[in-house]
Amino acid sequence: MYKCSANQIGIWILSLILISPIIVPIAQIFIPEGQIFEHLWQTVLPTYTLNTLIMIIGVCLLSAFFAIPSAWFMARCDIPGKKHLQWLLLLPLAMPSYVVAYIYTDLFDYAGPIQTALRNIFGWSSPNDYWFFDIRSLYGGILILSLALYPYLYLLARASFLEQSQNMVDVSRIHGCTPWSSFRRISLPLARPAIVVGLSLIAMETVADFATMNYFAINTLTTAVYDVWLGYGSLNAAAKIAAMVLLIIFVLLGIERISRRRQQQIQRSMGLDNLQKHKLKGWEKIGALSLCWFLVIFGFGLPFFILLEYAWNYWGNSWNQQFLLSTWHSLMIASIAALLTLLVAVIFGFVNRVYPGRLSRIPARISTMGYAMPGTILAVGVLIPLTVIDHCFNNVSEYFWNDHVGLILSGTIFAVIFAYVVRFSSISIGTIESSLSKLPENYDGASRTLGCPPLKMFITVHLPLIRKGCLVATLLVFIEAMKELPAVLLLRPFNFETLATTVFQYVSDEMLQYAALPAIILVLAGLIPLLIINRSLERSHS
Amino acid sequence: MGTQKRNIFITSIICLGMAFTSMAQAAQEVVNIYSYRQPYLINPILEKFTAETDIKTNVTYAKDGLLERLQREGKYSPADIVLTTDISRVMTFKDKKLVQEVDSETLIANIPSQYRDPDNEWFALTIRVRNIFTSKDRITIDSITYEDLADPKLKGKICTRSGKHPYNIALVASMIAPHGIPYTKKWLMGIKENLARKPQGNDRAQLQAIQAGLCDYSLGNSYYYGNMLKDPKQKGTAESVTIQFPNQSGGDKNSGRGAHVNISGVLMAKHAPNPENAEKLMVFLSQPEAQKMYAEVNMEYPVNPAVAPSKMVGSWGDFKADKLPLTEVAKYRAEAIKLIDEVKFDL
Repeated sequence: MYKCSANQIGIWILSLILISPIIVPIAQIFIPEGQIFEHLWQTVLPTYTLNTLIMIIGVCLLSAFFAIPSAWFMARCDIPGKKHLQWLLLLPLAMPSYVVAYIYTDLFDYAGPIQTALRNIFGWSSPNDYWFFDIRSLYGGILILSLALYPYLYLLARASFLEQSQNMVDVSRIHGCTPWSSFRRISLPLARPAIVVGLSLIAMETVADFATMNYFAINTLTTAVYDVWLGYGSLNAAAKIAAMVLLIIFVLLGIERISRRRQQQIQRSMGLDNLQKHKLKGWEKIGALSLCWFLVIFGFGLPFFILLEYAWNYWGNSWNQQFLLSTWHSLMIASIAALLTLLVAVIFGFVNRVYPGRLSRIPARISTMGYAMPGTILAVGVLIPLTVIDHCFNNVSEYFWNDHVGLILSGTIFAVIFAYVVRFSSISIGTIESSLSKLPENYDGASRTLGCPPLKMFITVHLPLIRKGCLVATLLVFIEAMKELPAVLLLRPFNFETLATTVFQYVSDEMLQYAALPAIILVLAGLIPLLIINRSLERSHS
Repeated sequence: MGTQKRNIFITSIICLGMAFTSMAQAAQEVVNIYSYRQPYLINPILEKFTAETDIKTNVTYAKDGLLERLQREGKYSPADIVLTTDISRVMTFKDKKLVQEVDSETLIANIPSQYRDPDNEWFALTIRVRNIFTSKDRITIDSITYEDLADPKLKGKICTRSGKHPYNIALVASMIAPHGIPYTKKWLMGIKENLARKPQGNDRAQLQAIQAGLCDYSLGNSYYYGNMLKDPKQKGTAESVTIQFPNQSGGDKNSGRGAHVNISGVLMAKHAPNPENAEKLMVFLSQPEAQKMYAEVNMEYPVNPAVAPSKMVGSWGDFKADKLPLTEVAKYRAEAIKLIDEVKFDL
């Protein structure tokens, strides 16, 4: 076959480092944990598993229904207000899903303002008098998570639709395809890799989510992981369930890859040709506009407005001098994490491109597992390798200098940043991979024929061509890292507050009102990178 | 591999930076705290402590996982003090040998023996009652017991948070102790039958549900009610319910055994680098001044008998607390959570 290069060994080591926090908990599966797992299996676990599957499938389907049409309208159609809609549709990404979940439960709950108003108007007095959508249910959870997560898919699908060559669409139209069937038969299959990357991010985010599920009283496998760990006090049984979760994700992704194995994509693209926009008329236009505005209003507008109202009502409780420092901390760790994650993704991308084959592909695949791991479990996992290394450092320094250096990895923000890189490399690896896959192979052939060494070729040829993908990857990770909670909460050093931890100390007690102001800053800080992403996508296609 | 070198370079810079900041802090007297309690609750008290002793307090707050962090950090852990709630979690720290004995006469004098460890490894700081709340308009009763909640007459009238919340697990454990497992299982199934909706939300949300008319009875900790009364926007909700102290009187010993109580507590980490400062803080927290703040800031019952509850909490009247040793509650915890899953309480 082919021989293994130093670079390949390098990425295997890198991926082992990245999954070290996951391997250790999973390895505990083989340590017997008593009867807990069996007991759970006989009682609640089947329901939890079913709920998890329903959530994954439901959120993926609904997000696809939200994101793919809106992406296509924005990329290939003429629609009034498009100039603003295309970035407005990204805004829900800046909203942490635990905040959206909180706001909607507050709003639609039995004791919330909407149902109370309805009862007052119609004179109903008990829940038996009328039917109302139960927000704290599987369906409510699917809706809220889809509203919070669809922008991933929208972003990737829109970029992919924009990059598709007009020639292919033209050819299909010459052969008598309607715009709809040309979308279905040409655009959609061409966008499939991007769509799959988006959906797998959404699926992983869904299974790893604990905060939202907890609010909605939905019991999933991730809830079970926490129950077993904190309730039964068994990290082993918890790891067993976490492994089940990862297995579900991998089976789903595996099925998709197998079905796509025989396809290869060849298209000249890069937005060189002038895209012809399909003009929407009549019902098409109304439908398209309603979908897009529904997403903007319910994914961002309404929750943001309610946050503003909270902030106004609880101004005195909200304001706090620590804000500037917390904001700085959030920005700092999110930026460092975003850059390091990009670096990891570029390294994987390079080796994969220059030395194609399974030996290069597998490390990148397994490195993405961290994203599906429930946050706090991952954080505990991160502690394991880091404390081991720290103890080694201290033993050495005690031996030689009779003094110990303290916990320089696990006790500093290094631990937080490491956890972020482990968790979010999935986003950047996916994005970079999908950008690289669009570069024709003959670029590589040409540069190598001219005697360009691989690394130089990658830096001078590939990187400039995928710089947009790099920007998107960095900013997506940045936004996610700003919102991320469990890892920073557990792993941070003393007195280290970020915006997310400030918000959480109130949200954990269901008092978001008191933390509305930091939540608003958190959202606004996420908006800026989103607008940059949007501009960069627009510029290259205007 | 130039990129990897850069990677290493960046990380070393971060490490160096952090090492310097930790060194800069070492000059002042400090006490390091791992807290399961939200900073907004404890900060006013800690500020007072610093003002009086000139010892700086450093806090890391997390909801879960601090125990694992302390365990993994081992003898190099910077933590001196653990602040936590729920007797079972307190006991886990002791059982995993993560804490040390504190011999302080003041602590022993300030805290009744029921609320501290016989080996002096943990000390309660506040007491919280698991109350039953009833609708002021629709329910008129003089007394109630936890056992009554399973009465079929209450069908469709009860709201509660998840059965697996530590506060509910502890309550179930306190039922197993006097009644045994079969009775407790039947009792749990009875309550489940009586629920107006699937367990959800926190204790506060149940009072809102009573106000809205969804249910008439709920389980909740006393201080949630007190804090709602303090908040002008939630006062109306709290005023629509009556706070009941269960199992206060009655013929047999069970209906009069007293209301179930849980604690928040303090422990000293086994490898505390600043044990003297840590002890000073522990003592401070048990003294009248801090105890009073706990009572005023979060409406909890002070553990120090010399300190009266806040005026509002005092107005709810005296109550009898269940005399069951807290260690018994912790002992039945595993059985309790198993039962909660067996009856599929949350599903």
